[in-house]
Amino acid sequence: MYSYTEFDDAFLAERNAQFRAQVERRIDGSLTEDEFKPLRLMNGLYLQLHAYMLRVAIPYGTLNGRQMDQLAMIAERWDKGYGHFTTRQNIQYNWPELRDVPDMLDALAEVNMHAIQTSGNTIRNVTADHFAGAAADEVADPRPVAELIRQWSTDHPEFQFLPRKFKVAVSGAPHDRAVIKAHDIGLRIVERDGALGFEVIVGGGLGRTPMIGKVLYDFVRSEDLLPTLEAIVSVYNLLGRRDNKYKARIKITVHENGIEDIRARVDARYALIRAQFTGVDQQMLARIEADFAAPAFVEKSIAPFEAAYTNDPVFRAWADTNVDAHRAPGYAIVSISLKAHGATPGDATADQMRVMADLARRYAHDELRISHEQNVILPHVHRADLPAVHAALKDAGLGTANIGLISDIIACPGMDYCALATARSIPIAQEIATRFDALKIEHDVGPLKIKISGCINACGHHHVGHIGILGLDRAGVESYQITLGGDGTEDAAIGERAGPGFSADEIIPAIERLVMAYLDLRQDPSETFLATYRRLGLAPFKSALYPEAKADAA
Amino acid sequence: MPKAFKPSVVTANALLEGDVVYMGASGWVRDLAQAEVLTDEADADIRLIEAQAQADTVVGVYLAEVDPDGPTPTHFREAFRAKGPSNYAHGKQETA
Ligand code: HEM
Ligand code: SF4
Repeated sequence: MYSYTEFDDAFLAERNAQFRAQVERRIDGSLTEDEFKPLRLMNGLYLQLHAYMLRVAIPYGTLNGRQMDQLAMIAERWDKGYGHFTTRQNIQYNWPELRDVPDMLDALAEVNMHAIQTSGNTIRNVTADHFAGAAADEVADPRPVAELIRQWSTDHPEFQFLPRKFKVAVSGAPHDRAVIKAHDIGLRIVERDGALGFEVIVGGGLGRTPMIGKVLYDFVRSEDLLPTLEAIVSVYNLLGRRDNKYKARIKITVHENGIEDIRARVDARYALIRAQFTGVDQQMLARIEADFAAPAFVEKSIAPFEAAYTNDPVFRAWADTNVDAHRAPGYAIVSISLKAHGATPGDATADQMRVMADLARRYAHDELRISHEQNVILPHVHRADLPAVHAALKDAGLGTANIGLISDIIACPGMDYCALATARSIPIAQEIATRFDALKIEHDVGPLKIKISGCINACGHHHVGHIGILGLDRAGVESYQITLGGDGTEDAAIGERAGPGFSADEIIPAIERLVMAYLDLRQDPSETFLATYRRLGLAPFKSALYPEAKADAA
Repeated sequence: MPKAFKPSVVTANALLEGDVVYMGASGWVRDLAQAEVLTDEADADIRLIEAQAQADTVVGVYLAEVDPDGPTPTHFREAFRAKGPSNYAHGKQETA
């Protein structure tokens, strides 16, 4: 865990004092809303449909028990007793009142957290693989470099007014759990001739023009990374379209100019600025790496795990879906589902947050991660402790065994909260989860990712869902468009539109027909929905979705 | 041809709490049922300007169409604003 310096603490205190004064001046009328809005957005404060919303960054998804406890305290004291974890490893509070926000920011600062650059046209919260530091397939922990990038980008004077928001994701493993190909810059740590370096991918993004990022460089040495990033963002800052908000993202810049042209410009810029990076950043990185040293893993018998696995079918089902391989012998990674059937995806109550904080302290070396799939991870749990962890989770309503299954749905807030939405997302997610729970086929269906967004901005990642659902407004009625075959991993793909949209009443039966069709079409239970879709293409799924169209054509 | 004016209410978000408010006959109200329904376009324009002048109380003032019977919202977005979110009784429905 990165530990703050005196400089970091003073910086946050000063920022918060500044904002407190700005809020006071807004309330006493000396600042107009037009003057205040950019200031509040710089501090993560939005105005949504029913209330303000405060977005707090959880850098690379990492936090400790004390920080989680503080998030719970804030939820209870200034919000309505819960928080919403998002696809960008943030937590959002949906109900703060304007005059309380400075106190909330101070409470965050007490545990080294803040809401800076969680909005605006700047480099946003740097995200990372949520299994960082634990995954069995990891080449290196991506968090030290993510922290370095955060320090470089926070308040970077050149990059406060980019053409549009800018998102960076880092992964240290061949299997991509951070959706790096759908980010403005995606970085993957790779090894070449015994040295670690970075594959640099640019120009991915979702939203109204979804694109998969392209490889800009296949290997950048560690000491050349920051100058390379600086060169990329500078080129984008200069070249990015400012005439049209929808064309302002770097994915459009790369698309319109071509990756070769962008590479030539980045190379030129790099040559100019390289000398400014004198190696201080590498000294910083070394200090940060020490902060992220692996915990002291212990050796003990896994007999309690084996006994529970053999004797308790509920534990076994949970261990099969929610537990992943760890790089240390005897250890496991636990994913805590925030997707109990019928619950709001990504929401946790203050009590649940405290249970998770407590489990982290007792069984997981005081570490937690937030995943982009809106779940919480205990990265380092000894297998012997899994039965106890599971029992505590179950008591707190956190024991749902559905990670990666049909009810583990990503859903953005949609029109239940978001001012930009064109339809609701949450009730659709709730109904799908409830329906498939009632059918009792979730485990038989196996790995299947449904992702839902309440508008074209795609905050719910619907483009990279195996089944994507996009909420639209069709003549004053909520309508849902289905896409199929999307994938957010190293084989990233944008889903294909299946056909006309469905009304809110029709969408759940449509998803059911789709899943039933898959069960008929798969070669055997080991062939996943995505694999079946890739083998057969859209046609058979389309006929399942639109049976009338098939009848008409016959 | 100009669009025919439909009955509307003036709506906004409260500056301090951020929640949905409507212009009533004598000041801002929380409940759509107590909002003043404007049926004449010229009246509506005047009320809108009055509302916009109250920038120390409210944010994001606009006219929202309603069915004068009630009044009730004509679009689902306004229905959600009037009622609160679907997943919890945390908005207007909390006090209704
Ligand atoms: C205050 C509420 C929100 C607002 C106003 C908002 C706004 C937007 C907008 C305008 C875009 C499109 C940007 C572009 O392409 O230029 C976008 C994209 C996105 N947002 Fe949100 N969003 C909100 C909440 C969320 C939440 C709750 C999540 C996570 C659950 C999220 C995650 C994302 C992601 C992943 C994308 C697409 C990735 C990309 O930028 O290419 N946002 N958002
Ligand atoms: S996708 Fe649209 S509705 Fe959903 S959070 Fe993003 S902006 Fe709001």
